[in-house]
Amino acid sequence: MMLEIAIIVAGVLMVGIAIATILTRSLLVSVIMSGGVSLLASLVFLLMGAPDVAMTEAVIGSGLTTVVFLYALSRAKQPDDEDAAALASPPGDDTDGGQP
Amino acid sequence: MMRRYLVGLILIGLAFALFPLLRQAGVAEAPGPLASAYLENSADDFGAANVVTAIVVSYRGFDTLGEVAVLFAATAGVGTLLTRRRLGKAVPPPGRQGGTEVLETASRLLAGLLIMFGAYIFIHGHLTPGGGFQGGVVVAVALLLGLLAKPDAQVSHRVMTTLESLSGAVYVGLGLLGIVLAGGFLDPRALPLGVVGQLFSAGSIPLIYSMIGLKVGAELSGIIDALKGDRS
Repeated sequence: MMLEIAIIVAGVLMVGIAIATILTRSLLVSVIMSGGVSLLASLVFLLMGAPDVAMTEAVIGSGLTTVVFLYALSRAKQPDDEDAAALASPPGDDTDGGQP
Repeated sequence: MMRRYLVGLILIGLAFALFPLLRQAGVAEAPGPLASAYLENSADDFGAANVVTAIVVSYRGFDTLGEVAVLFAATAGVGTLLTRRRLGKAVPPPGRQGGTEVLETASRLLAGLLIMFGAYIFIHGHLTPGGGFQGGVVVAVALLLGLLAKPDAQVSHRVMTTLESLSGAVYVGLGLLGIVLAGGFLDPRALPLGVVGQLFSAGSIPLIYSMIGLKVGAELSGIIDALKGDRS
């Protein structure tokens, strides 16, 4: 009974964090949150009695994938939340020398 | 407006098509005929205490070879796309900060333990949960931790390439040995089966899984090294 409750709590948390991952504005926070979803998924696998799958999910899902996404993010130089406002301003603003 | 109706229509159609699956969802009370055949025969056939490993390496060994090939293709693709000057001297981009002292000390402490744990997982693949893929990714994570602590450190390309191709060749060679000495390609009965539950048992399964572990570890380390972006 305790096992079912733990699995359901972890599942609900997973869905909640996954929705927050989509809704958040910052890509960095989004990547970290998706790693968190994987960590909870590995917990669920462990509770369901599949330690080998849990191991893979924890290492690949929350470790390697997060780092690969972060490397890709830094290579793509995607404007993040803070920089987006500066980049979104029309280029005409720079001609008068003032900060937008 | 039209598009919204179409999307709604597709959603309703999908719900209609997938609804019958909902009634079958759940945990099966008893394993099916194929699963029970695996459960009953794996210890007698191959001497493997871990049924999952017996399925992955022996019964479905050809699939595993395909998976390893797919991973190799992915690594080759990442390497080709992201590194133009292949073996040139790596130039770290300016302004990169090293890890903090806490991260450096912890990674120095953990790297050896992680590599040992990964090797344990893939050597004991036929006895305990886990195997080549799991052990390989744990080894790769040890390397990743080292790179996070010391971003300017270099992975030796020659060692990685040699390890990767050598383990792949030994894997296929063990498979071919199965044709000569036993029933067919990747048959683990090419080597003596031994006693179920001992480290040296299950024929060539531990050797094959160790090769897979080394290969996966080297390939994922290669992907991380290519993505690090020193060689672009």
